[in-house]
Amino acid sequence: MTEALLTVNGLSVAFNQDDNVVDDISFEVFPGETFALVGESGSGKSITALSVLRLLPGNAKLTASEIDFAGENLLAIPEMDFCQIRGRRIAMIFQDPMTSLNPVMTVGDQIGEVLELHFSWAKQAIKQRTLELLEQVEIPDPERRYRDFPHQLSGGQRQRVMIAIALAGEPHLLIADEPTTALDVTIQEQIMELLERIQKQTGMALWLISHDLALVSNIADRVAVMQNGKIVEMGCNEAFFVHPKHAYTQELLAALPSMDSCLNHLKKEKPSLLKLTDFKVYYPIRKGIFKRVVDHVKAVDGVSFELQQGKTLALVGESGCGKTSLGKGLLNLIPGTSGEVLFEGVSLNQLQGDELRLKRSEMQIVFQDPFSSMNPRMLVGEIIDEGLRALHSDISAAERREQVVHLLQQVDLPVSSAYRYPHEFSGGQRQRICIARALAVKPKLIVCDEPTSALDVSVQAQIIELLKNLQQEQGLSYLFITHNIAVVAEIADEVAVMNQGKIIEYGHVEQVLKNPVNEYTRSLLNAVPVLKIT
Amino acid sequence: MTILWTDALIFFLVLMMLVLGFYLRGKEHLRRPIGKVTASRVGMMSLVILVFFGMIGLLDSIHFKPANDKSNEIISLLDYWTTSIRQQQEKTYSSPFAAYSYSKENITTDDGRQLWTYPRLKYGGAHLKNPDIKKTHDIMQKAAIGFTKGAGLFAFFFILLLSFFKERKQTILKGTAAKPVWMIIFIIVSGSYMLIDLSGFYHVLGTDKVGEDVFYQAVKSIRTGLVIGSLTTLIMLPLAIIFGIMAGFFRGWVDDVIQYIYTTLNSIPGVLLIAASILMVQVYMANNEDQFTSLVVRADMRLLFLCLILGVTSWTGLCRLLRAETLKLREMEYVQAAQALGVRRRIILMRHILPNVMHIILISVVLDFSSLVLAEAVLSYINIGVDPTTYSWGNMINSARLEMAREPIVWWSLMASFLFMFTLVLAANIFADTVRDAFDPRRADND
Repeated sequence: MTEALLTVNGLSVAFNQDDNVVDDISFEVFPGETFALVGESGSGKSITALSVLRLLPGNAKLTASEIDFAGENLLAIPEMDFCQIRGRRIAMIFQDPMTSLNPVMTVGDQIGEVLELHFSWAKQAIKQRTLELLEQVEIPDPERRYRDFPHQLSGGQRQRVMIAIALAGEPHLLIADEPTTALDVTIQEQIMELLERIQKQTGMALWLISHDLALVSNIADRVAVMQNGKIVEMGCNEAFFVHPKHAYTQELLAALPSMDSCLNHLKKEKPSLLKLTDFKVYYPIRKGIFKRVVDHVKAVDGVSFELQQGKTLALVGESGCGKTSLGKGLLNLIPGTSGEVLFEGVSLNQLQGDELRLKRSEMQIVFQDPFSSMNPRMLVGEIIDEGLRALHSDISAAERREQVVHLLQQVDLPVSSAYRYPHEFSGGQRQRICIARALAVKPKLIVCDEPTSALDVSVQAQIIELLKNLQQEQGLSYLFITHNIAVVAEIADEVAVMNQGKIIEYGHVEQVLKNPVNEYTRSLLNAVPVLKIT
Repeated sequence: MTILWTDALIFFLVLMMLVLGFYLRGKEHLRRPIGKVTASRVGMMSLVILVFFGMIGLLDSIHFKPANDKSNEIISLLDYWTTSIRQQQEKTYSSPFAAYSYSKENITTDDGRQLWTYPRLKYGGAHLKNPDIKKTHDIMQKAAIGFTKGAGLFAFFFILLLSFFKERKQTILKGTAAKPVWMIIFIIVSGSYMLIDLSGFYHVLGTDKVGEDVFYQAVKSIRTGLVIGSLTTLIMLPLAIIFGIMAGFFRGWVDDVIQYIYTTLNSIPGVLLIAASILMVQVYMANNEDQFTSLVVRADMRLLFLCLILGVTSWTGLCRLLRAETLKLREMEYVQAAQALGVRRRIILMRHILPNVMHIILISVVLDFSSLVLAEAVLSYINIGVDPTTYSWGNMINSARLEMAREPIVWWSLMASFLFMFTLVLAANIFADTVRDAFDPRRADND
């Protein structure tokens, strides 16, 4: 076995006196390999990476018996000389390419900055190397992009620039902290392929930090799983995915949504609940001092579908395809919609005032971000209670309290939650509260706008299970908006694939997932990382 | 008893606070934040100081015409109780605790000689035969006696309180903030008693140009400061909150109109508006002399209008802040969720938007409070502030301008107003901080 490139031994990080965020972990990264550190949010995987690079916040306390990089003791290097390690020999890419780049510097300057710092080259040479790097990360037309500002690039291109910056120092180890989490699946696939190619070219080691087991299974040589600051299992790719030993790993693998689960859906016809005909959401573009409308952004451009009672329609598409606008437009949360909406055979276009308000409340929404979807200054009980108070002012306070208790039980939360604030709950629990809030007004349709995207896999599985149970008990219909096709298979009866404001494929879930007709649907399906078990 | 306009408004404000307190008393979800405020040592200490200042202000707001007084002047309860200090007027400047005047004078001695020297003061240290030797000792002695008397008074009431609330003894003595609070009350009671005692014999903070006691002036200025701070805020707040939130929430033409109003208002220099309105009031008072017979009534009218116009000119800043914050909040998902639930828009404003901009309101109100007191000083400088006869820290600072240029320098007017203002503003700031932190649920567990 070759000498390890990075050896970490007995690393612990604590922010307060008593709780270790990272708790006595040890691992190695070998030259040229891909090492993946997998774990759910809060397991301490990012902190581990930051502590190797000494980028921890000031209040963190680090203890380690050994952090060695290429035979050098990183703990002993003074801060002055650490710049020769950071960026030059160990580089890092971060999760969010939107905030990691300086918006007022051109792309070329930002890459050149790193070169200037680490190599004493002439200006011409720096520019030459920058262009090479841009070419290496496969950005088309590097000469022109060199002068572009970050906002002129797409999300995927920005992440490519981040990779170019990381590569500029010609590092031996590249730490990639969730490099594709903020990106669409098709772009995620491209970025991962790029990282693999570059790794082959340069022979550097890649330390990948991710929550996505399927993604990791496709690329990693060795995998380690973290839970609550500890590494619970570590092993080679094959051994790891074929025979997971630790209970937590098995649980994680079991929680992964799989494409095959769409088999057991019924195909029974039910009466129609919602029917959209030529539904449009246009955002006006205003220009000039008088704010004249010069054009429209066609977020949703003539969409028609039908949803039956007690069924789930999944709306799939990449970011910017208009799926969220469709959901919000349906609930009249954004102005500027047109087209006919038939809800239980009643045309919503013809209703006015209070009638419309009441009818609309039969459609509810659950949002993606469980942190911003609840008023931080209200108690959970009040949050759930809100809809009841607004719509049924005749119900007494005692009855409402009873209802709240009942709803909390329905979403498997303790009754005492009613007197606590939202920030005291975890992401999954908050999403449960949001579901309870939506259920309070006895809706017939719930629009789920990426309800599980911000959650860990195991929690995601629980929420989906809850949604399915509620559907069976109460005959709810869901309009399930997501970018994650794997989840679709778990919950949906029908699927509509959206691209650029239009539905390009629409049909029964099995048919769409197994035999997609449209080219775009096929590329979307291919890009989904599937657990590779060799 | 005579009720001036500002008196009425102050008592209205106090009444409102009492009603609010009574209304909030039984609210379950407020128990924790209120508990946090009462558990905060610094917060409770500053609250005690604020209440003390408030009580002086209230005493100074109960006006009446003294029965045995021949002059037609209205005085307040505070004036009545400090009559001795009020009437111990010297000829001109004297430094704190002085027995001699601050400037030399030509005096004729008993044997008919003319002497160019510092004359003895009429009241300050007048009881001493030979102030050069005895004064320090006498001050110490009087201070000690006064302090002890105050301490005795405190002890008497403290024991009375304990025997009255026997069953609540634990909360009175053992609460988290109990010790510092009783400490500060003890210091205030004994200290004030000492100062009142000393003021009978000396001018504790000296005298001003016309020989008036500066300590008395500073204490009288408390009411002016509080009135300007609170009444202006009372006028400013509803304007800023209603307009700011409406502009941010409704957008469209509502936003356009409100923005138009405050941009226009902002483009007119505030001083111009203030000067115009003060002049208007003066003209009005000159034309209706029969209604404004007393000096106090006139000064009060001017103070009220100053508050009014300061309020009307100063809401724009907060309004803009609130509009920006509301623009952000209205896109929050919990607001959209409420819309989906069919909650009416005015309830969304009350329940979701207002509580989430409260921290901004609280911070800027406290900051404005201090800048308003300062603004009053600046306005006095160009003669459009409070009436020159009204005691205010602004007027004191204004007169200090000339005193600082004197040789030898007269520093105590500025010092006195600075000390009082500093204490009030600091206490208000700290208390507002405590309240803001306590009412933010996200901070609840962190400290």
